Amino acid sequence: MDQSRAPLLAALEHMRHDRLVPFDVPGHKHGKGNPELTEFLGEKCLSVDVNSMKPLDNLCHPVSVIKEAEQLAAEAFSAANAFFMVGGTTSSVQSMILSNVKAGDKIILPRNVHQSVINALVLCGAVPIYINPQTNRDLGIALGMSVSDVARAIDEHPTAKAILVNNPTYYGICSDLKSIVTLAHARGMRVLVDEAHGTHFYFGTDMPISAMAAGADMAAVSMHKSGGSLTQSSLLLCSAAVNADYVRKIINLTQTTSGSYLLLSSLDISRRNLALNGVQIFEKVKRYANYAREEINQIGDYYAYSKELINGDSIFDFDTTKLSVNTLGLGLAGIEVYDLLRDEYGIQIEFGDLSNILAYISVGDKNKSIERLIGSLGEIQRLYKRSNKDMLDSEYISPVVLASPQEAFYAEKESLPLLECSGRVCAEFVMCYPPGIPILAPGEAVTPNIIEYIKYAKDKGCMITGPESMDVSFLNVVKGA
Amino acid sequence: MDDLWFSEYHTDNVRFSIKVTRQIYQEKSDYQWISVFDSKEFGRFLTLDGIMMLTERDEFIYHEMITHPAMVVNPGIKNVLIIGAGDGGAMRELVKYKTIENIDVVEIDERVVEICKEYLPKTAVGFEDPRVNLIYQDGLKFVRRTQNTYDLIIVDSTDPFGPGEVLFTKEFYGNCYRALNDTGILINQHESPFYPNDAVNMQSAHRRIKSIFDMSFVYQAHIPTYPSGHWLFGFASKKFDPVLDMFASEWNELGIKTKYYNTDLHFGAFALPTYVKELLNE
Repeated sequence: MDQSRAPLLAALEHMRHDRLVPFDVPGHKHGKGNPELTEFLGEKCLSVDVNSMKPLDNLCHPVSVIKEAEQLAAEAFSAANAFFMVGGTTSSVQSMILSNVKAGDKIILPRNVHQSVINALVLCGAVPIYINPQTNRDLGIALGMSVSDVARAIDEHPTAKAILVNNPTYYGICSDLKSIVTLAHARGMRVLVDEAHGTHFYFGTDMPISAMAAGADMAAVSMHKSGGSLTQSSLLLCSAAVNADYVRKIINLTQTTSGSYLLLSSLDISRRNLALNGVQIFEKVKRYANYAREEINQIGDYYAYSKELINGDSIFDFDTTKLSVNTLGLGLAGIEVYDLLRDEYGIQIEFGDLSNILAYISVGDKNKSIERLIGSLGEIQRLYKRSNKDMLDSEYISPVVLASPQEAFYAEKESLPLLECSGRVCAEFVMCYPPGIPILAPGEAVTPNIIEYIKYAKDKGCMITGPESMDVSFLNVVKGA
Repeated sequence: MDDLWFSEYHTDNVRFSIKVTRQIYQEKSDYQWISVFDSKEFGRFLTLDGIMMLTERDEFIYHEMITHPAMVVNPGIKNVLIIGAGDGGAMRELVKYKTIENIDVVEIDERVVEICKEYLPKTAVGFEDPRVNLIYQDGLKFVRRTQNTYDLIIVDSTDPFGPGEVLFTKEFYGNCYRALNDTGILINQHESPFYPNDAVNMQSAHRRIKSIFDMSFVYQAHIPTYPSGHWLFGFASKKFDPVLDMFASEWNELGIKTKYYNTDLHFGAFALPTYVKELLNE
């Protein structure tokens, strides 16, 4: 196919040129009915915020331009089929899971997944078989899945329907995807990859292997992260082994019937850009990230890690476009550095956890912004460095699973002060956002360790999300359990 | 003869124009548009991205005021770093001091220097002194790799957007602090207090510098071709008060030739109009 085409973009331009008189929704009618919004977002933008119509195809049942745009995306990502998604990569992840497991089915997955994964299990009632990720205590991060841990889980749960792999992690850590696929397929299990942070694996050179190249069955890809499309747009990729028509039925269970053409066209335009210019784009991103890493490591006290971590298993590969920096040597939690960068230096980074920060580097960066980041980190060291003896060092606490997420989520529950929850079964999620990886998921035991961790994270300024109690002073726990 | 004018918008509603006899040169470098014009009233002048940088007629004011006030306060200055200054004017003033041993000049855009050397020899003469070392690099990158080294840092920057943006950030000023020794002085181009858009930049620059340096002052000069004509400079130091600590008679004995600066004016330059004081204290 001709990757320089952008059929959805062409159809929208054609529609704009035709000056159709709108007697359909949306009611702002190309922005004319909402001058303030048009002033803010621009006339061009509002003029393509339109509803499905014959020339623009229909996201729920694509037969023309959306279909062609999806086929182009499938080809660009070496997939058999690709779906344009408008509910974020959360919707891609959930559709991927709902397409493969149903109530009572087992799914093997690492515990350090995004909340969207466990949410999907609450929805469908599948039972998680957690593999505790290997961790690096010095860095305070969870790593990839060890192949031997996967093999053991498969042996112990031969009836599991699927394995979900988080690849790469937010921090850039990759698992041995190919070996995991081989193991799983040998036992008839599907391999689903949460590839939210790996869009660039499909286009850059000298990158970790992508899910489709490794033979995975499905992958959820956040085009809006490294791919450059609009926030909330995403792709769901399927291999030839997957019945795509069934997947579409699953997607339509929860996806809007008014898919935004702003989001859809951004996917089309970004796919074309990646297909045509991806190699150069990600060369530049890698160069920026590598440069920043070297310079930050020269400051001292910071550790910007990279491929030297590779250990052939739980860190099978490292995504060098990720600028992850450990801050413990400075005596500061990642979240503290994150706050200082924004409040004192006007720099917003992707996230800070208890031990690390992640600065997202992309094609939109310039030398001078990289210099500002490095210069600010140097200043933070000069002005804020302190003794690191009281730092909590481990980011990952292995959960004790006492009930399935769905069971606990819908169980009779009661609200208790956080400090009195020890020994009870949690009925809701607790996580730091970002990165949005649960500290507690429904069905897991609340332990003194976890309570201490939540208190510490709150203290350091993390945004704790999930519980009904907005400040997490209370937790919902399962009644009587 | 053609009716050619160079115009710069000082605000959306105010335009400053100079009649041009001819455009001498234009180029887009990796960083900016660089143009050189000839005019009857102001002689030859340089613009970057359409903004006036210097004219042969009034550049002496800017270059004298960005250099001599620091030299009067600390005659012992030996090692100087200048950031920006692709035209050479600041160096032309500094090399008048025999006591200065080294001047590192860090300019991001090599093309500005080349073009100034070719078309603006009256300022570019400053590059010819053997004490001047020219380094083409990002200013922040250079200072963040330096510690406790300089007696004086001069930030001769463009405006706080485009390539000069970094030179107005808190991290840049903080890294300058670290690059200065314990008697160090930081002088910077500090924008204008008059038009609100410029004043906002002027205020935030002052706020940032004040949060880092123990002593932080602002002084002024009258520069006809800059917006409103009323221009400010920053004087920040780890040790010196620019008025109480000046060596006026010693400086006058040196016999340095100037056209704008003198030690009486020095006092006046630090005496600011009330509205400017208020802006700085906000």
